[in-house]
Order: sequence, then structure tokens, then C-alpha cells
Amino acid sequence: MTDTIEIRWHGRGGQGTVTAAKVLADACLSSGKNVQAFPEYGPERSGAPLRAYNRISTRPLRLHCPVTQPNIVAVADATLLDSIDVTEGASDDAVFVINTGKAPEEIRRQLGLKETQKVFTIDASKIALETIGRPLPNSCMLGALAKASGLVDLETLLEDVKKSFGGGKFSEKIITANLEATRRGYEEVREG
Amino acid sequence: MGNKLAVTGNQAVAEAMRQINPDVCAAYPITPQTEIMQRFSSFVADGKVETELVTVESEHSAMSACIGASAAGGRVMTATSSQGLALMWEMLYIASGMRLPIVMPLVNRALSAPINIHGDHSDGMGARDSGWIQLYSENAQEAYDNLIQAVRIAEHEEVRLPATVCMDGFIISHSIESMEFLPDDAVRDFIGEFKPLHPLLDVDNPVTYGPLVLPNYYMEFKRAQHEAIGAAKEVTLEVAREFERISGRSYGLFEDYRLDDAELALVLLNSAAGTAKDVVDAYREKGLKVGLLKPRLFRPFPYDEVADALSAAKVIAVLDRADSFGGFGPMYMEIASAMMTKGLRPLMINKIYGLGGRDFMPEHAGAVIEELRETLDTGRVKVPKEYIGVRE
Repeated sequence: MTDTIEIRWHGRGGQGTVTAAKVLADACLSSGKNVQAFPEYGPERSGAPLRAYNRISTRPLRLHCPVTQPNIVAVADATLLDSIDVTEGASDDAVFVINTGKAPEEIRRQLGLKETQKVFTIDASKIALETIGRPLPNSCMLGALAKASGLVDLETLLEDVKKSFGGGKFSEKIITANLEATRRGYEEVREG
Repeated sequence: MGNKLAVTGNQAVAEAMRQINPDVCAAYPITPQTEIMQRFSSFVADGKVETELVTVESEHSAMSACIGASAAGGRVMTATSSQGLALMWEMLYIASGMRLPIVMPLVNRALSAPINIHGDHSDGMGARDSGWIQLYSENAQEAYDNLIQAVRIAEHEEVRLPATVCMDGFIISHSIESMEFLPDDAVRDFIGEFKPLHPLLDVDNPVTYGPLVLPNYYMEFKRAQHEAIGAAKEVTLEVAREFERISGRSYGLFEDYRLDDAELALVLLNSAAGTAKDVVDAYREKGLKVGLLKPRLFRPFPYDEVADALSAAKVIAVLDRADSFGGFGPMYMEIASAMMTKGLRPLMINKIYGLGGRDFMPEHAGAVIEELRETLDTGRVKVPKEYIGVRE
């Protein structure tokens, strides 16, 4: 299934992981792809581990089931690495994007990744504190994921991040801060 | 052409309702269709539709209010799911018996007990005999397209019956997918002005709805209803042809997928059919003659056409996301009837899957195809009806 990219997000309830999957879908749609974004349906509890999924394809998407063999794994909260096997089912050429201050090499060792798998790290929570003022990592994660995957270019992503804050509910300051977090995620993500 | 967006199934249906702009909508929200009504009530509050929105205390009342408004002469809609539909049960028969073209999205979901809010066809199948037209939808695009077409089918002069448009709870209702919307004016022109037939508000020509009819006439009423819903089959095709002209998307009574020379066939509804199509492709690449039939119009059921489409099949697996406890699954019974009536005798198996939102994975479809292959080889059905994807 080389023409379909499957993504699994790991986050915690209340962190905006599902929203991140939606914004990524919008950005890929803007780039002319067919998209899906959906959470794992279960009890929604703040702080509890959750998964969300994306499928991005040049073909019409017909699968309507969870992603079990992701090409990309995005982990929005590094504390999940201790309790959940985020590598489960990941393809041999999978790309991991982890929100952590640790170096990619350290994460590679910690997760026991295959040589053919790639790992990228970004301290998205720290960048979020510096830009948005709250530890909401997902705008930054989106930037890092865009760079790591090459799925969508930064300009398209920034436009869709901006759109996701539309509707007049958010101040100009919050929107600008999120765009800055996205840009920094894109620019500061480290591969190892 | 239309506008491509990434939306949930609920958003897609709410958008269709906005474009349809019904005169009256009475609703009581129930998960997982709540978002439909929440969005629609925003459209009402923001003046984007001219609908009179009646908020009621239960689904029984919602359908009762719809019946009143429809008999009065309005274009009427509501939406429901699961227990909500179950609570409407009494009124469903009254809506169809009075020949009221109410249109209702149904977000398919399990019935209690135990309590479960996830995708399952038990609600829709429970309403199978209520005299409502039923259309099923694989994804958000089909739910949107079917809802717009349902208005025309329900309101057609020769039909004048209520119609429900089904999509899978959560799997479609809460998932975001890319789909294409039609422009507002294209939908408005397609559905046209509502033509009331014998409205109660036409006080110069008084009529009675739902009177007492004793044994001397009751059967004639029911026979008329039988003919009316039968007419919905041709009308569905006619409406689909017109819809293709404005949308470029083609619909039939069902979707036949790689069935022409298929010796092995799967029959299943809604979102799981999409998943199974990818598996059918994989087996076709290996040279196996396998195909799939996804019913769209479930009531009236197009027995002749379904049997013709499956006529090459030597073995058929019918997958039901609902059970008729103590019997076969509801779809199995239809397919068996269709084949039998045409004198076709394929070997048939029935699989119950995905109840209460249990994931239907490509591996499940693969296992069923493998079992069909074995059934074809041995010429013998091992187990006629079985649950799959279940812990023993």
C-alpha cells in the first residue's frame, strides 16, 4: 500500500491529538489527497492514553477500520513510551515522531527500533510553553511531522493550522503563537 | 462542480439538511447523531434555514410531531439512532400508514442491553417491517448523496412514504473523510418545491388521517402500501440517474463490485463493505474469482436484481451487523429469499460481525473468503451461521 500513508497518533485525552489528526487531514486535502482522520472510539477521559489515526492517499479511501500497521507513528506525550508499545505493528520503514527533549539516538535505543525505521524528536511541549504559554504540543508536532514525513509543505500546513483556529473563538495572539509553534516544529525537528 | 472538504459523517448529513431546508424538523438528540441536530439547530439559530425546529421531550414525541407537521402539509425531517428509533417504533408505522414522506437520517448503532453506543445495524433492521424506505450508505459521501435523493424518492407521487438514510455510528458519523458537497442551488433545484398532497391545512378540502378502518377495508390500505413501497424501486433508479447528472456520482439499487464472473461472493452493508472491497482486490490479484455486493436500497428489497447480480456465484457469504436471535441474520434471509425465488441454489453461509462497534478488519473479510474457498472445494457448508471476530 505504497500509495496510502497510514498514521497512528498516541496522545492523552485533552491534549488536542484528535484535532491534530484533523488539521493534518485538512492540510493533506488542500494538497489534493484523499484523507481520513478518526479517533479510537472509547470512553473519553482527560489524561487517559488515546490513539487517533490518519489515512492519506492518492486513491479513494475505502478502509473503515483502525490503522494497525502504521507508516508513521506520532507520539504527543513522551510519558506514554513507558506504558504503551508505540512500535506495535509499525512498518519496517516506519517514521517515528516523538515529543521529547531527548536525542533521537536515545529514543531509538529506548524503543528498540529497526535500522530501517526512522526516528525524529522534537521538544514540542517546551516549544509550546515558549510560544503558546501552555504545554499544548500539537501545533508543534504537526510541524515536526510535516517535515519528517514530507507529506505536506510548511506553507499549506500553516494555512490549515490558521483555519483550524478560525470562527472567531481565538485571539490573534493565540493563532500567531500556534503558527510560530508549527514553524518551529518544522525547523527544529531532529533526525537520528 | 462541488466543494471538497474533510468532514465527519454527521457534518455531511447536517449540511444536506441545511441545503434541503425542510419546513419542520422535530428532534431529540441521541448519540451518535447528536452532532447532526446540534449543527442543524445552529443553522436554525443563525437563520441559515427557514425551518421550524421543534425540540421535544423524547423520540416518540419527535416522530409524533413530524407526523403532525407532515400531515399538515410540510416538508419534514428528523434524525435518530438506536434507542431513539426503538422508542419511535409505534409512530414509524403510523408515518408510513398515513403515507407521509418524512425523511430521517439514521445513524446505525447497537441496542441495549448491555448499553452500547457504537456502530451496529440492529436499529435499522428492527425497523425493517415498518413500511419505511431504507437506504444504506458506506461513507459520508454516500450518506450525503442518499439523503438528498431520499427527499425525491419519499415525495414522489407514486411513493409518498417515509424514508430513512442509514450510516454507521462512529465509524462514519464521527470519522473525518474527504467528500464533495454540491452547491446549495443545485440541491434546491434537484429536490424542487415540496408538493403537499391532501394537507390538513387545506381547510377548504377537509380530509381525515389515520381513522379507524375495520376488517372490511384494512387489507386494501395495506395492499396499497405494499404497491407504493414497491414503486420506490423504479423511482430510486430514476432519481439516481438525475442525481448523476448534477453530481457525476452514480448510484443503483446496490453496488456490485467485481461480481460479473465471481464464483465467490460477499454481501454486506455500509462501511464494512468498503474495507472488504480492498480485500476482494487483493484476492483478485491472486486470481480468485471473488466479488462483493453492497445493498443500498434495503426496503423495498430488489430481490430480482440482486439474484441476477449474484447468479454466477457458487458460494455466498452474507455478513450481518445485526442478529435475529434464534434465526439467521436479516440480510442473509433476504439474499436466501432472492436466490431461492429465482431457482438459484448456491451454498450460503451467514456471518454475524461487528456488533456494538467491534472492529471489522481486513483479516475478517480475508478469513470469510478463505472459508468460501473451502466451501467451494468441498461442496459442503461447515456451519451455516456463525459469529466472527468474537472471543469464545
